[in-house]
Amino acid sequence: MNTKHLLLAAMAVSFSTASMAASRDHVNIVGSSTVYPFATVVAEKFGKTTKFKTPKIESTGSGGGMKLFCAGIGVEHPDITNASRRIKKSEFEKCQKNGVNAILEVKVGYDGIAVANSKKSKQFKLTRKDLFMALAKDVPGKDGKLMPNPCKTWKCVNPALPDSKIEVLGPPPTSGTRDAFAELAMGGGAKKIADLKALRKAKGEKDVKALMEKLGVPMKAYNKKGKKVFKKVAYTVREDGAYIEAGENDNLIVQKLEANPNALGIFGYSFLDQNADKVQGALIDGVAPEFELIASGKYPVSRPLFFYVKVAHIGKVPGIQEFVNAFTSEQAWGDEGYLTDKGLIPMPKAERNKYATDAKVANNLKM
Amino acid sequence: MNNQIQNNGVERLTSMEKVQAGLAQRYAKERRFRRLGLAAVMTGLLFIALLLGSIVSNGYSAFWQTEVQLEVQLEQADIDPEVSRDPEVLSVADYGGLVKRSLRNTFPEVKGRRDKRKLYEMVSSGAAFQLQDMVMANPDLIGSTVKLWVPADDDIDMLVKGHIDRSKPESERRVKDQQLEWLDELTSQGRIRSAFNTIFFTAGDSREPELAGIWGAAVGSMFTLLVTLCLSFPIGVAAAVYLEEFAPVNRWTDLIEVNINNLAAVPSIVFGLLGLAVFINFFGLPRSAPVVGGLVLTLMTLPTIIIASRAALKSVPPSIREAALGLGASRMQMVFHHVLPLAMPGMLTGTIIGMAQALGESAPLLMIGMVAFIVDIPGSITDPSTVMPVQIYLWADSPERAFVERTSAAIMLLLGFLVSMNALAVILRKKFERRW
Repeated sequence: MNTKHLLLAAMAVSFSTASMAASRDHVNIVGSSTVYPFATVVAEKFGKTTKFKTPKIESTGSGGGMKLFCAGIGVEHPDITNASRRIKKSEFEKCQKNGVNAILEVKVGYDGIAVANSKKSKQFKLTRKDLFMALAKDVPGKDGKLMPNPCKTWKCVNPALPDSKIEVLGPPPTSGTRDAFAELAMGGGAKKIADLKALRKAKGEKDVKALMEKLGVPMKAYNKKGKKVFKKVAYTVREDGAYIEAGENDNLIVQKLEANPNALGIFGYSFLDQNADKVQGALIDGVAPEFELIASGKYPVSRPLFFYVKVAHIGKVPGIQEFVNAFTSEQAWGDEGYLTDKGLIPMPKAERNKYATDAKVANNLKM
Repeated sequence: MNNQIQNNGVERLTSMEKVQAGLAQRYAKERRFRRLGLAAVMTGLLFIALLLGSIVSNGYSAFWQTEVQLEVQLEQADIDPEVSRDPEVLSVADYGGLVKRSLRNTFPEVKGRRDKRKLYEMVSSGAAFQLQDMVMANPDLIGSTVKLWVPADDDIDMLVKGHIDRSKPESERRVKDQQLEWLDELTSQGRIRSAFNTIFFTAGDSREPELAGIWGAAVGSMFTLLVTLCLSFPIGVAAAVYLEEFAPVNRWTDLIEVNINNLAAVPSIVFGLLGLAVFINFFGLPRSAPVVGGLVLTLMTLPTIIIASRAALKSVPPSIREAALGLGASRMQMVFHHVLPLAMPGMLTGTIIGMAQALGESAPLLMIGMVAFIVDIPGSITDPSTVMPVQIYLWADSPERAFVERTSAAIMLLLGFLVSMNALAVILRKKFERRW
């Protein structure tokens, strides 16, 4: 019967494709959603101006990308992964274990993280300490001991700030932006508090435990490295509704800020740049999130962006080296390159040259 | 009556009077209930109207694109100095440079690197590719001066469409004062027009909103649905026919039935995880390919199709089966010659509804890598591709303002497809349905 034939044909199709996966003619890229807008622009230009196919780019997040990237060598694994932070030692080791020995690291540029509010209300002037005191789950009270964050308004955090409710819309914990915000803004703020700073530096059981005692950190958080305990205290965001997880969609945050002039939002510089008529970035430690100030490193909440290339795939999958060259060309990532139009903050010239040459000779990453 | 009241000394009502007394209250109750029901329907309609209204009002402008007329001199020396007409030579010429020169010629007073850069930003970076295609298709144009309409940059497009406010201070809008002057100048020369946005319907994805199209995703959706249809329809119908007509009734078939009903309620993301583990990691099928998407969606739609097909088979009266068997047909002949043709309209309806469900699905495709930036239009079921709902998701997440209207336009298209598929199901049912 007809149905039988259809069934057989469909099965034949599905099994014949298994063998077709053995070769691949397009570059396969995974990784960070922060690097995604930049990598896609390069990929599109690359596909249109060269004889190679347009690389395929999946936005999996930095961690997810590393996991796929380090799974092994072969066409079924990605060739390049984007990351909004440096590769971790544990990830590098996992790569080595799965035979991904030679990895090329390329720093792309910088991304600033803006804390912004609607133009309908006044611009905020914050310090990193304000951000920590407003958003951490436990903050030091008057006696220096940690207690659940008591502040509901900005005025309570710092008398110089307006008397409005603390409402911050930001990305969820799976996001690289959130990691960077926790590390740079909240961690940076926590360092301004003497006891926490000492805890970060502390090593050895006696010192760490003494400081934990002083701060009132529960002993189950103990680690012989004081830095780990510090991270637990400084990077934990409060969960009582003052910090609202708004999903990975930064456009949505911008829209919500417009609707609620009292709220603040956390997102990447490129969204601030594109929506300059609707939202304004807060000054952090007196520095505005502006292109030149992020590029010069004066703006405190900025992070480097990377991509990692599987050297073993260069030459096996057509176009990898050419794509890397296109990405690292002055035309793309230079001071006046097309990536800056999309909101990438370029590196200084010397640093660009160093990474571009490294990329050309496939200088491997060592850890 | 009067007697009764007098006899007992108490007023007693007959049942008719009781009814009369309560009538007004009962009518009022019914009226209230009707009004509540109507209010519920109206609330539903209001939300739909709100949803559609916001999508259409955001998205209708995406079907038009602002275009700029350029006058480009295609000098022999710039494109093909040796007059070889070799496609290799033609393809590497600097068309971007030609577009820039054309803009400089239009506004000769623009000096300085920064100002020139702003001038170049007026037209889309796709202009160079458009020029290239034009020359490649017709090399005889070289040496002449051509006039062509190229898409304006997305910021200019947004300004013309009124999404960027001219009255705001310069620092607060993406289109600068100088660009406004140039735009007004071009407009007065009649070199700005609003044309039907063919790119949106013919191109693949792009990071430049004015060059982004839905066609790549639509083709991906088609390939994915093709695989889904080819697999789920025969398997679903075969399973339904066997279970309904041939299978013995015992504990095993009961168990299978319960499981099919349960599978229909499993969240679709679970099928995505299954697809990742089985089809990609175990069978080694390529990531991001419609074939894997189709397989995953097959798993998802199978229960829907089986349940609908069984219902269709059940609705065929037993007398038809008995008559066929009585005339000497074998059970297989009875099923394929009589029952199946009568049940087919119902089965097709179920299949189309299953397909419509699969068309709108995005969650399981997240797991198998179909949420990706893909520019090239897929040519087969193993090429990397994405599907329409995923394209909507990706555009909704893009920072450029112009993607807002494109997102809504893509939603309108997807809704159009869904509505027409459901309408087809209704028409099929109306046309072929038989009542006994």
